[in-house]
Parts: sequence; C-alpha cells; structure tokens
Amino acid sequence: MTEPGLMRIVGLIVARELRLAVRHWDQVVQPLIFFVVVTTLFPLAISPSLNELRNIAPGVVWVAAMLASLLALESLFRPDVEDGTIEQWALSGQPLSLLLLAKTVTHWLLAGLPLVIMAPIVGTALGMPMSVWPVLAGSLALGTGCLSILGGIGAALTVAVRRGSVLLALLVLPLEMPVLIFGARAVDLAMHGEAVAGPLNLLAAMLLLCLALGPFAMSAAMRISLE
Amino acid sequence: MWLWFYKLASPPYAYAMAARLRPWLLWSALILMAVAAYGGLVLAPPDYQQKDAFRIMYVHVPSAILSLSVYIILAVAAGIGIIWRIKLAHAVAAACAPIGASFTVLALATGSIWGKPMWGTWWEWDPRLTSELIQLFLYLGYMALRSSFDDTQRADRASAILAIVGVVNVPVVKYSVVWWNSLHQGPSISKMAAPSIASPMLWPLLIMLLAFMLYFAAVLCDRIRAEILKRERNASWLNALAAGT
Amino acid sequence: MGQNGVGKTSLLRCVAGLIEPESGEIDWHGAPVRKEREAFHRQLAYLGHVNALKPDLSALENLHYSVRLRRDVERHEMLEMLARLQVSQCADLPARALSAGQKRRVAIARVILSGASLWILDEPITNLDRGGIECVEACMATHLRAGGSILTAAHQSLLTQHARVRVLELQ
Repeated sequence: MTEPGLMRIVGLIVARELRLAVRHWDQVVQPLIFFVVVTTLFPLAISPSLNELRNIAPGVVWVAAMLASLLALESLFRPDVEDGTIEQWALSGQPLSLLLLAKTVTHWLLAGLPLVIMAPIVGTALGMPMSVWPVLAGSLALGTGCLSILGGIGAALTVAVRRGSVLLALLVLPLEMPVLIFGARAVDLAMHGEAVAGPLNLLAAMLLLCLALGPFAMSAAMRISLE
Repeated sequence: MWLWFYKLASPPYAYAMAARLRPWLLWSALILMAVAAYGGLVLAPPDYQQKDAFRIMYVHVPSAILSLSVYIILAVAAGIGIIWRIKLAHAVAAACAPIGASFTVLALATGSIWGKPMWGTWWEWDPRLTSELIQLFLYLGYMALRSSFDDTQRADRASAILAIVGVVNVPVVKYSVVWWNSLHQGPSISKMAAPSIASPMLWPLLIMLLAFMLYFAAVLCDRIRAEILKRERNASWLNALAAGT
Repeated sequence: MGQNGVGKTSLLRCVAGLIEPESGEIDWHGAPVRKEREAFHRQLAYLGHVNALKPDLSALENLHYSVRLRRDVERHEMLEMLARLQVSQCADLPARALSAGQKRRVAIARVILSGASLWILDEPITNLDRGGIECVEACMATHLRAGGSILTAAHQSLLTQHARVRVLELQ
C-alpha cells in the first residue's frame, strides 16, 4: 500500500477546495460584496466629505475586512463537519493539523485575497491616496492571513455549537485586536508619510506565529468538536 | 510531595481541603484589607499632583494585577487539565473565570472613577484601560464558550484551548495597545501612572495586593466546592457526605 | 447488537478514536491506541451514520478525494468498486442526486477501497434494499477471508453464518 506523501496530500486538499469553490461561486463572492457594502455604510453614516473620510479610511477598511472575514468563516468548516468529511480526515491517519491548515490557506485564497485586491479600490472611494495602496494591500495580506488562522481556531471550537456564529465573533474578535491595531495603524502611518516597517514586521511575525502554532490548536479544537 | 499533589487532584480531598482553608483565607484577607485601607486612606499623605484622587489606586491597581494573574492561573489550570487529564484542574479553571471577570470589571470601574478627576472624562482610551477591556472580552468569551456546550467534558476541553490561545495572545495585546497609544500623546501629562512611589504610599498598596490575592483564594475555595458539587453530584462519596455518615 | 439508544454508536466511535473514553483503554494488537493514534488510524476505515460525501462532487470525485488521502488508487479501481456495488451509473452524478441507498453504497465503496484491515461500520445496511444487503454481506465476507476484521453495529444480525463472528449484546 503506497502511502501518499505530505505534499501530495496538501495538493489533494487544495484541489478539492478549489473544485468545490468553483461549483459554489456565490459562497465565495458574498463576503466580498459584504465588504463593499459595509464600507459604504460609513460615508452614509458620517459624511460625504472625502476630507473627513480620509482620516478614518484605514480603520474603516480594516474593520470591514475583519467583519467580512468573520462572515466567510461560516463556510470554512461547518459544511464539512455536517456531512462527515472532516470526521474522515480525523481518521485518515494523516496529521489533522496539516489537513486543516491546507484547507484554511485555500480558504484564504478564496476569501482573504479578494479582500486584499478590493481594498485599494474601496480605500480610494474613502479618500485614500494611491500612494498608500502598497501598504494597504501588504498589511491586509499579512493581516487577513492571521485572521483566517485565528478565525479557523474559533471556527473549529464553535463548529459543533448550534447557531454559533455570534459566539464565534465574540471569541475571535478580541484575539484579532492586535492584528487590527498594527494593520490599520500601518496604513495610517503611511498616509502621514511615516515609517511603516515596524508594524508591518510585527504583522509578519504574528502571521508566522499563527502559521506555526495555529494548526495544532485548530486540530485539537476540531477533535473536541467531533466527539 | 507528589503524593500530596496527587491526593489534591481527588475531588473529595479537594472539597474538604477547600472548606478548611476558606475561613483562614477570608479572615486574613479582610483584616489585611482593613489595614491597607487605613494605611492608604488615612495614613498616606495626599499626592503632590493628584491630591486625594490617587487613593483609588489602592483598589484599582490590585484589581488590575489580579485580573491578569487570574487569567494566567486559569490558562495554566486548563493546560494542566488538558495535558494530564485531571478533571479537577478544569474545575479550577471554570471557577476562576467569573472571579477574574469581576476583578476586570472592578479595575475598569475604578479606572474610570480615577480618570474623571484626572482627565475630566469618564473614559479614555489609554493603554491600561483598553487592555483591561480586551481582557474582559477574553473572560466573557471563555465563559460564553463554556456555557454553549452541554457536556462538561467537552466544555472543559474546548474552553481550555481557548484559554491557552488567549494567554499566548495577552502579551501581544498588551504590547500592541501600548504601541497604539504611544502614537498619540495623551490628553494630559498625568495619566494613570501611580504617583512616584514614596514608601508611606507603597506599603498599603502591597498589603492591599496581598489582601486581594487572599480574597481571591478564599472565593476560589467557595467556587471550587460549588464546581465539585456540580460535577460529582452522582458520586457515591458525595451521597455519603450528604447523608451525614 | 442492541436496541436504539443503548450506546452502539458511541462505542464504535470510542474504538475508532473519535471519542475519548472516560475510563479504560483501547488496545490494538496488544498496544494502547492512544500512543500511536495515527498508525492505528491508517489501519482503520470508519463508516458512520452520515456518508461523508460532498453533495457537489460526483461519486467518483468523492472517492478520489477521500481514498487518495490514504493510498494511491487508479481511476479504474474506483470504477470497478462502484460496479461491484452496482452503482456504476452514479459515477459521474453529483452525490446530491443520488438516492439514500446509492449514497450508502458509495460510502461502502470508500471503505473497501481504503485498504484498511479493520472496518468499523455503524449500521452499514441502512437504506439498502435486499440486493444491496446481499452485496454488502458478500464484500464483508471477502474482507474477512482476506484476513481483515470488522466491527459493526446493527439492529439485525449480519453474516451469522460466517465462522468467526462474535456477537456482543449491549443493554
């Protein structure tokens, strides 16, 4: 019985997720639309003046991205737990942490990356100068990665709880606050022409920490939820 | 030594032990609190800048310190419970949570009261208060997760993972909040820093801190006994105890 | 064997390693399962109440993405197995278009293809008609002849004619 190597398995999971996503485009696109809608709420609620909006633009874009990523987490594990496929993963003899990480990374490609691409457009609508785009995209790329993993841990913990979406938000948002702080402020600093290396490096460090430790927390949480 | 530790992990022994310790802990806590209150409210001279307003520090600082320490104790207990599969450790973690949350609320309230004469407003987003607030959210999330599981074993283990992830996050939160705040200069020079500590001001603070810790231990004893009752309600030793044998 | 609610499913899930036992140990080949969980799982295939099929993937794709986590299978092997369980016509249909009985057969195909030596089957013949039941019993008998083991929970007895069957009644 030839056993597949770890790389092959990761490839298998990624292929599976992409194939499933292709057949369900609406699930992929909805968080993105939510992101745009939420950012539209702020000019409506505050002021149409770009000068006023410019000040809060980094924060608004970041908060909207956090909320959109929370929404996307619903589709990360719940369907697979309900139809029993994750149970099979837990019994496959392969490291569950790796399988869940592969799934989360693919989920980020489908849910987080579109946010990163959309953000500069939305930011400009809120008065952000184009010069800030690289920092915006970079901070969001690193940040949404952290959000996906922290969110994945929360999702694994709450997947067996009935109507657990609000609980998920309550658990995950406090953990994500440092990411928000460094990410949003990095963009803000860029807008004022100051150095952004500090917060960006910290975001990168947090992402590495999440990548290193997160999958183990996810798999432990998932096994508990599968009981 | 290990034998005692092992015995402690058994519910009947812990139950009895907690009952025996509680009065000692509670009374020493109350006495020390009285001593510290006298020292802090009466004996210590008014501060040069903050006048008498600083005296709220005697409640605020110990509760803030405890709100963090209790979380660490909670996470360590939960970790012990999940690694060595000791059910009593999970009971300790569950018992700690509401106490820690209460200390956090107390810290926030006293922080706000302290802030009013200092800043003129009831709330400011300064690093200490903001990280206390985030700490409160972590406690509330822990308790919410616990209560969403019917099965105690699963609740124990799921919330243990949350607590461990949370405790790793706490230094990150603290650092990020300090950094976030340093980008803006605070509205007034005198923020919530404890006044330059002169010894007549310091010793009541330390005694109050000790008193708070003892008080925490006393309340923990009560809560652990309640947890044990809840978890072991069908156990024979408990039935025997209730029957008075 | 046993009536509803007596704990058959929980016992099977415990043996499979999905539930932590409150007391006691599960041993496989003399060694406790807890130490070498991954190695134990590699030798085991589990079929629960749910079929573990993604509704949006075809039967063949479902098999592809699940069995290949354990071992390399060729397409023709998967097709042969579907034929053996008389669901060849379902190969390219999305799983949500299949009937309950057909889904069960595909799930059993997954178990057989996994190549595991221990099968843990929870009510394998739910939703199957007479023909399906006979088919499954034949597959089970083949597996036993080849030296495999099966742990199953059922309302009625399966394979009572077979030589080495032990029946445990739970109350």
